[in-house]
Amino acid sequence: MDRAATVDRIAALIAPFNKKGVAITEASTFAGDLEFDSLTVMDFVAAIEDEFDIIISMNQQAEIETYGQLIDAVVKLQG
Amino acid sequence: MTDLFSKFDALIAQREGLLATGVTDPFGLVMERVISPTVAVCNGRETILLGTYNYMGMTFDPDVIAAGKQALDDFGSGTTGSRVLNGTYAGHRAVEQALKEFYGMDHAMVFSTGYQANLGIISTIAGKGDYIVLDIDSHASIWDGCKMGDAEVVPFKHNDIEAMEKRLKRIPEGAGKLVILEGVYSMLGDIAPLKEMIRIAKEHGAMVLVDEAHSMGFIGPNGRGVAEDQGVLDQVDFVIGTFSKSVGTVGGFCVSNHPKFEIMRLVCRPYVFTASLPPSVVATAATSIRKLMHGADKRAHLWENSRTLHKGLRDLGFQLGTAEPQSAIIAVIMPDLERGAGMWEALLHEGLYVNLARPPATPAGMTLLRCSLCAEHSAEQVQTIIGMFARAGKAAGIL
Repeated sequence: MDRAATVDRIAALIAPFNKKGVAITEASTFAGDLEFDSLTVMDFVAAIEDEFDIIISMNQQAEIETYGQLIDAVVKLQG
Repeated sequence: MTDLFSKFDALIAQREGLLATGVTDPFGLVMERVISPTVAVCNGRETILLGTYNYMGMTFDPDVIAAGKQALDDFGSGTTGSRVLNGTYAGHRAVEQALKEFYGMDHAMVFSTGYQANLGIISTIAGKGDYIVLDIDSHASIWDGCKMGDAEVVPFKHNDIEAMEKRLKRIPEGAGKLVILEGVYSMLGDIAPLKEMIRIAKEHGAMVLVDEAHSMGFIGPNGRGVAEDQGVLDQVDFVIGTFSKSVGTVGGFCVSNHPKFEIMRLVCRPYVFTASLPPSVVATAATSIRKLMHGADKRAHLWENSRTLHKGLRDLGFQLGTAEPQSAIIAVIMPDLERGAGMWEALLHEGLYVNLARPPATPAGMTLLRCSLCAEHSAEQVQTIIGMFARAGKAAGIL
């Protein structure tokens, strides 16, 4: 899967979770900039998993801090 | 020097803020004297206990007490050793035999706490390259067992059958899979649709572990739990349970029909590297478990108590964790921590103890007043409790 197409799909998925309308860059952090709490993380991860038919385990989630890292992980998990 | 405690500053500030309002510290209560399974003296006054998980009221059972005293005389105060060295006494074998008979299973392994049972079994059986699929509202001991092992951990939305199935489908072919569920979820007191979930787990080649800590003794025809009640206990690979609720003492266990189960005694670190339970504890547990096999009348009264309290609180206008009573836990949902702590204190002044539960223990950031009923609560006590809730609810501005 090419990265640009993945970026577009993730951008559409994150919009409803970005309640404060933060301007998201690849350096944006989920915990800091986006202020995602654990419940939001769970729902957002589930949405990503269902969209791309992948698993992002808790172990992998621990390595993902920024929006850019999430895109990279999703590209990689799609093989 | 970086103060390693600075990570707790936010919690310290929240706690100080709460106590500054003048409310009694809800996490510092002392039981000065315990009169029965349902009554203790707190702050010098007699208090009805409605937050103990002492579901079957076995803590003061005369046969249980006598067995404990006899074991103290015969075997001493402690074993001072691991189960695999000098810490297995006749009583440890006897309580494992009682568990095998209670559940009708081939193997039983007793741990020093229920927490250690989950920690030990989960971290040992699910290793590197294996996948654990678990409910997001799982107990802390399950999460800690996942963290201690090396498996990939994949949570799904609470009691969501479809979400669980989707995740099972996505696991790479050939990987080992463990599905972890609970019979009763202790925060809201709701039960799991085990029949459907276990069927799907098995279809996808997963082993299944069910924590039945909050169902033992009173759910299911023989009190074996929610899996028994839904007719799927024979499909469960590992049942985790505890002595610190219906059994009325402390300790944890796993029962299983797995033919290789006994090897766990050598490879499970939370079993090996800790001292075994004291002789008096295993003696009280074995006696209690055998009495629970014949506890049908007590069971019926406990359910009656649960239904009466649930209806009473709902009729008063409280928001409850479940629409109908599904277990012996009734969770009363509070609007926020401040008012929850205020209501908790108002109840204590009325002479009633309940558990105040708050995030991160609770789902969805809720503050709960968690009530757990006991088979030894009289019908009259339950009516008294409903009256206390009515007065405290008005005093605290909840109703």
